[in-house]
Amino acid sequence: MKILVCVKQVPDLEGRFVPNAAGTWFDESGLAFRMNDYDEFAVEEAVGLRERLGGDAEVTALSIGPDRVVETLRKAMAMGCDRGVHVRDGAAAERDPWQVASMIAGYARSRGFELILTGMQSIDRGSAQVGVLVAELLGFACTTTAVGFSCDGSTATVERELEGGAKGVVRLKLPAVVTCQLGLNTPRYPTLPNILKAKKKELLVLAPGDVGLEAPLAAASGFCRHERSASCLVLEGGADDLAGRVVAELREKTAVLRRGGAR
Amino acid sequence: MKALLVAECRQGRLAGEYAELFGFARALGAATSLVLVGNPEELPGFDGRLHFADAREYGEYSPDVHKRLVLKAVEAEKPDLVVFMHSSYGWDLAPRVAAAMRAAQVSEVSGIGEGAFVTGCCNGKMRRTVRPLTPRAVLTLQPGAFPAGTPCGSPEIIPIGTSTETPVELLRYEPPAAEGIDLSRAEVVVSAGRGVGRREQVELVRALAEALGGEVGASRPVVDAGWLEHGRQVGSTGQTVAPALYVACGISGAIQHVAGMKGSGFVLAVNTDRDAPIGEVADLLVVADLAQFLPALILKLRV
Ligand SMILES: Cc1cc2nc3c(=O)[nH]c(=O)nc-3n(C[C@H](O)[C@H](O)[C@H](O)COP(=O)(O)OP(=O)(O)OC[C@H]3O[C@@H](n4cnc5c(N)ncnc54)[C@H](O)[C@@H]3O)c2cc1C
Repeated sequence: MKILVCVKQVPDLEGRFVPNAAGTWFDESGLAFRMNDYDEFAVEEAVGLRERLGGDAEVTALSIGPDRVVETLRKAMAMGCDRGVHVRDGAAAERDPWQVASMIAGYARSRGFELILTGMQSIDRGSAQVGVLVAELLGFACTTTAVGFSCDGSTATVERELEGGAKGVVRLKLPAVVTCQLGLNTPRYPTLPNILKAKKKELLVLAPGDVGLEAPLAAASGFCRHERSASCLVLEGGADDLAGRVVAELREKTAVLRRGGAR
Repeated sequence: MKALLVAECRQGRLAGEYAELFGFARALGAATSLVLVGNPEELPGFDGRLHFADAREYGEYSPDVHKRLVLKAVEAEKPDLVVFMHSSYGWDLAPRVAAAMRAAQVSEVSGIGEGAFVTGCCNGKMRRTVRPLTPRAVLTLQPGAFPAGTPCGSPEIIPIGTSTETPVELLRYEPPAAEGIDLSRAEVVVSAGRGVGRREQVELVRALAEALGGEVGASRPVVDAGWLEHGRQVGSTGQTVAPALYVACGISGAIQHVAGMKGSGFVLAVNTDRDAPIGEVADLLVVADLAQFLPALILKLRV
């Protein structure tokens, strides 16, 4: 069984974001990048499934982006993916979900994948569209927001997360795309021997044109900070001084310290 | 401008958020029609056309069946916009409809620009404006971003139908696990986020909760990591709390977390990042490393 897992490299969100010159997205300088949280669960699920299925099951990890994304592909391979595919695209951050999906589907088409796993969304863009669009482009069955997953080689059974922690259990006929939610499993940490092994695994480099990049359907502008409400008081300083000021604020603005609640 | 709104019905209940779809359409000044696969006993009240399929015939949510039904309504209405809520229903179904229409989709819309839509990114820290380049577009709306409209009237019902063939079959629903911790009554909730860094540091949060006479809550990653039990998770897939004081320790303030605590009386946030979006709902943001600040605060509370 051939499994494809799609991974995106995203910035650490604790960084400071400054708009790029065109105002379409952020300027990358000074930011640290890592594997999208949701995709870690997808990689773990793909690798775990291959281990459970045994036989000739194999996992390919695919990432679209500039050269820095190779680091994320190597991490996916260190977690156990058999090979990597890098669609080298310096303009990946400018692509809309449709374009990203067109490239993934373009690669996957006619390569015989029976299962494609993605994160349910990326932490930076958060469109939650790409996985579903890939399924539509390939004519695969699809479900989203998996918090439970099992697969017998011809069908997949997925627990879909619904609002308020309820779940819907669905069965899909393969080939299928499943998008993974936080908490689906416990992503493994790559061990040192596996990190070394990953360096020797096959890495295929392709250009967007090789995988059928399509024209955009949407354009972005006006990337900027989301202003916070003016009513928030921000305190900075040393821990002791801050603690005193916070207690004073709580005394003044809440009743919780008056009731003798503090112990 | 014509908008086709897509409402959701689950287990016979019409999801109340459909009123926000009308609120959005009103903000946009769009003419509206609605499509629903639902319960004929629980129809939304509004003046306009309702493209309707009976859920007793079509079953619960089945993505391929619902896609075909929504597309029937699209064919009849020829709308400029097809609008969903950004919910488990909307984010699953909207891209399928968009792909079939070859239309741009803008997800989690929170504002309206000129021929464009404002949407948050980078976990709500930043935002941007997305303009569809296609003549028609599909949108999902951020819950709570548009005040609910108050539609009334009785719609003209137009039946829609399709085959029930689908490669995705719903086997059953599972209710949320009941774990016996009711945070909704707590006067004080002190929550641990990923910023606690290590399992051991959850103890700092617990100690602060004790000092304040409150309960311990958590953001999702802390629960996923097994540092606290699921019953303590606050947010859209956890509990909704409204204590007099909510303390967010190392929590960035993602929309799904905020959905569970925005009704709190006073919100104190402790975060190393001055720009963390929790500042949006916080009354007081302490920019500090919680490993240093929490012990100092606990000490001050004990004297
Ligand atoms: C469908 C769906 C449902 C979801 N439901 C929920 C839900 O119910 N509840 C929920 O919480 N999340 C939910 N999430 C996840 C949500 O989107 C966020 O990923 C999550 O809330 C982030 O948790 P966090 O703030 O603890 O972590 P992060 O976003 O990683 O933030 C950590 C914060 O800690 C700060 N920090 C780091 N180190 C320190 C330090 N030493 N001292 C102080 N501060 C520090 C950082 O600056 C940062 O702001 C859901 C997501 C989806 C897609």
